[in-house]
Amino acid sequence: MKTMFDLNKIDSQGGGMDAAHTESELVAINALEVRNLNFYYGSFQGLNNINLDIEQGKVTAFIGPSGCGKSTLLRTLNRMYDLYPGQRAEGEINFYGQNILDANQDLNLLRSRIGMVFQKPTPFPMSIYENIAFGVRLYERLSRSEMDERVEWALNKAALWNEAKDKLNQSGLSLSGGQQQRLCIARGVAVKPSVILLDEPTSALDPISTGKIEELINELKHEYTIAIVTHNMQQAARVSDYTAYMYLGSLIEFGKTDEIFIKPKRKETEDYITGRFG
Amino acid sequence: MSQLSLISSIPTPQALRIAKLQRVQDFLFHGITQFFALTVLIALLGIIVSLIINAWPALHKFGIGFFFTDEWDIINGEFGGLIAIYGTLATSLIALLIAVPLSFGIAVFLTELCPGPLRRPLGTAVELLAAVPSIIYGMFGLFIFAPIFAEYIQPALAATLGQIPGLGILFSGAFNGIGILCAGLILAMMVLPFIASVMRDVFEIVPPVLKESAYGIGCTTWEVVRNVVLPYTKAGVIGGVMLGLGRALGETMAVTFVIGNAHRLSASLFAPGNSIASTLANEFGEAELGPHYSSLFALGLALFMITFIVLAIAKWMLISMEKKQGLKT
Amino acid sequence: MNNLSNINPAVFAKRKRANKIGLILSTVAMGLGMLFLLWILSILFIKGFSSLSPSIFVESTPAPGSDGGGLSNAIVGSLLLVGCCTLISTPIGVLAGLYLSEYGDRSKVASITRFVTDIMLSAPSIVIGLFVYALVVAQVRHFSGWAGTIALALIAIPVVVRTTENMLRLVPGSLREAAYALGTPKWKVAFMITLRAAQSGVITGILLALARVSGETAPLLFTALNNQFFSTNMNAPMANLPVVIFQFAMSPYDNWVDLAWAAALLITFAVLGLNILARVVFREKVQG
Repeated sequence: MKTMFDLNKIDSQGGGMDAAHTESELVAINALEVRNLNFYYGSFQGLNNINLDIEQGKVTAFIGPSGCGKSTLLRTLNRMYDLYPGQRAEGEINFYGQNILDANQDLNLLRSRIGMVFQKPTPFPMSIYENIAFGVRLYERLSRSEMDERVEWALNKAALWNEAKDKLNQSGLSLSGGQQQRLCIARGVAVKPSVILLDEPTSALDPISTGKIEELINELKHEYTIAIVTHNMQQAARVSDYTAYMYLGSLIEFGKTDEIFIKPKRKETEDYITGRFG
Repeated sequence: MSQLSLISSIPTPQALRIAKLQRVQDFLFHGITQFFALTVLIALLGIIVSLIINAWPALHKFGIGFFFTDEWDIINGEFGGLIAIYGTLATSLIALLIAVPLSFGIAVFLTELCPGPLRRPLGTAVELLAAVPSIIYGMFGLFIFAPIFAEYIQPALAATLGQIPGLGILFSGAFNGIGILCAGLILAMMVLPFIASVMRDVFEIVPPVLKESAYGIGCTTWEVVRNVVLPYTKAGVIGGVMLGLGRALGETMAVTFVIGNAHRLSASLFAPGNSIASTLANEFGEAELGPHYSSLFALGLALFMITFIVLAIAKWMLISMEKKQGLKT
Repeated sequence: MNNLSNINPAVFAKRKRANKIGLILSTVAMGLGMLFLLWILSILFIKGFSSLSPSIFVESTPAPGSDGGGLSNAIVGSLLLVGCCTLISTPIGVLAGLYLSEYGDRSKVASITRFVTDIMLSAPSIVIGLFVYALVVAQVRHFSGWAGTIALALIAIPVVVRTTENMLRLVPGSLREAAYALGTPKWKVAFMITLRAAQSGVITGILLALARVSGETAPLLFTALNNQFFSTNMNAPMANLPVVIFQFAMSPYDNWVDLAWAAALLITFAVLGLNILARVVFREKVQG
C-alpha cells in the first residue's frame, strides 16, 4: 500500500527550509497542484482541463455563477465524489507531491489530512464533546485528559469554547445554526489536517454568524491551507489571498485577490465581478 | 508555520496501521451485511424448493390434474386440490368485492371529508384495526357473527337474491351460518382496514397543487376524487388492492374458524367448504407420511405460487406509481 | 353583467347531487368500518375481561374436561418464542437493512433482495410453517420452541429489513458526507453516524415486527405446536397463546372457550400496545 507521502520528496522540499530563506515570497510551496483535471458526471463533463495551484498557508477562493463547477472542483480535492458511482475525475491532483487521484490512494487517510466543512451545518447525533472527539479518535489514541485538551483547543480555535464549555455533554443539535457551523469547523480542525476545504460555509447563516466565521478563517489561515467556495464575491474579497473565477466548468482567471477584483485580466471576470451577469 | 502544513500532511505510522485495519473492517462489513441480506433470498428459494420436494410424490402420482380434481378422500388416499383452491379463491373474491369499495370510501373520507382534528385519530384507528391479529376475527366470526348470520342475514339473502333465477343458486341451502359466504365476510372485515390504510397513504401522495387547481375551476369534491386523485393514484390503488388480495389468499385463522371444514364442492355460497389454509391448519398436524402428506404440501405450493404472482404484480404496480412521481429513477 | 348566466342549472344540479351521493357513501363506509371495529373490540373486551382472573397468570392450561386452569404456560411460552425471535431477527434484519441502504444503489443483488423482501412480507404464514416443519421438525422428529422461533423469525425479518432500510434512507446524505470528510471508514459511518441518527425509526420497526409475530398462529401450528404443561424447554413443544386459542375455541368445553377469549384479549393488548408504543417512540424522537 502506498503511503500518502514519499519520503524522498521531503528532502528535496525540506532543502528549502534549512537554507537562508525568509518568508513565503521566494519559496511559495503549493499544498495542492491541480493539473489537467477533467471531471464527469456520467457522460456530462463538469470540469474542463483545470490547472491551478493552491498555496500553503493561504486562503484560495473559488467564485463564479451557479453551476460553474466550483463546488465540483472543491470536492475533487478530497475525493468526495468517490462516494457516488458514475462520477469520475481524470488528471492529476498533487498533494505535496503525491497524486491523490491515484487508484491506490487510501481515501480515508486522505480525508483525515484534507478536511471539509459543508454548506449545511451537520452536527453528528451525539454530544458536543463527542462530535469533536469522534474524528480525533479515528486515527489517534489519546488519553481522557489529552482528549479534553484537544476538544477545548478545537472549540477555542472555532471561537465556540466560551459558549459551549458548560454544555459539552448536550447534543450538538441543541446549538443554534451559526454555532453548529462553528462546531463543524471545530470538528474539522480538531484532527489537525493540513488543508481545510470550505464549501459555501456561511450561505446558510445569518450575517452575524457569517462575520464570526470570516474572522475565524482569517485566524486559521496562518496554520492551515484553506480553499473556500463562495457565491458571495464580497466574502471572497474579504477573506482570500487568491481567487479563482470559474464559468461553465472552466477556470477563466486565477490570481491574487487584489488583482482579480481591482484589475481583472479577462473580460468575463470583469463582467461577473461588476455584476453584469450572474 | 509553513512547516506545520507540510508535516501535518504526512500520516503517522499509527494512522497508517489504522487505515490498513479499516480496509479489512470495511471489507468484512460489506461481506457480513451482504450475507444477511441474502438470507431473505435464500429463505425464499428454500421455501420453494422444500415445497416442491415434499409435494412431488403427490404431483407425480396425480399429475397436474391434481389441481382440478375435487376429491379429498383421506381413507383411500385419493386427493385433489380443486375444493381447497375453490374455497381460497371464492372467499378471497367475496372479501375483495366487499372490502374494496368500502376501503375506497374510507380512504376518500379520511383524505377529503374528515374534519382536521379527527383526521389523525381516525387514521390511527384504522391502522390499529389492521394490526389486530386475525385469530380475533376468527373467534368473532365463530361465536358472534355466524349465529347472527344464520338467524337474520342468510334468510334475508335467500328471500331476496335467492329468488333471482340463475343467481339464486348461490344463496340456496340450509342456514348453517358457517360456510363460504360467512368466511368471505369475515375475511372482508379483516382485510378492510389494511386496504383502507394503503389506499389512504396512496391518496395522500397526490400533490395538493393538482387538487387545488381542480377545485379552482369549480369541481366538486367527488369530481376531484374521480378525475384527479384516482387517475393519478391508479397504479397505487391497484397495487394496494392486490396486496390485500395477497393477504386474503393466505389468511388462515380468520377463515378456518368459519369456513366449515367440509371437503366438498357446492354451488351455494351458504355451504361449508375448505380453503387451502384451513385444510392445512386442520389436517397437517395429523397427516401421515404418504399421499395425504404430500398432497397437503402440493396445496401449500399452489397457495404460495398464487400469492407470489399476485404480490409480484402488486409490487410492480406500486413501483410504477413511485416512478411516476420521480421518487425512483 | 352577471357572469353566472351561462351555467346550465340542470347540469349543475346533477353534479351537485352526484357529489352529495358520493360523499354520503364515503361517510357511510367510514361509519361501517368504525362500527365493525367497535363491535369486534367490544365483544373481545367483554368476553375477555369476564374470563380474566388472577388464576390466568398462575395456573397452566387445563387438561380436556377438567375445570379451571389458566394460561401461565402459554403466556411464558409466547414470551419466550417472541423474545427469541426478536433476538434472532433484529441483528439479521438491521444488518440486511444496512446493506440495502448503504450499498443498495450500486448493486443488483440489493434490488432483487428488496423485491423478495416485500414478497415475503405478505407471504402466507402457514406456508412458512410448512417450510420450517419440513426443514427442522421432520429432521429431528419432534416439535420444538426453536422451530417455532425460526418460523416467527422468517416473518419478522422482512419487516425489520424494510423499515430499517427506509429509516436509514431518510438520514440526509450530508450527514454521511460530513463523516466521510473526516476520514471515517464506511462501517463506522454506517453504525456510529447513520444508524445512530435513525435509531428511533429502526426501533419502531423492530417493535412493529414484534407486534406482528405476537399475533401469528399459523406458523406455530406445525413447529412449536403446543404444550399442556409449563415448560421452558425450547427443544420441546412450547405452549403459546395463539395455538391455545385455536385449540380451545372450537372445543366443547366451556372453560376452554373462556380461556380462549382471555388469551385473545391478552394477545390483542400486547399487539395494540406494541403498535402504540412504536408510534409514541417514533413521534417523540422525531420531535425531540
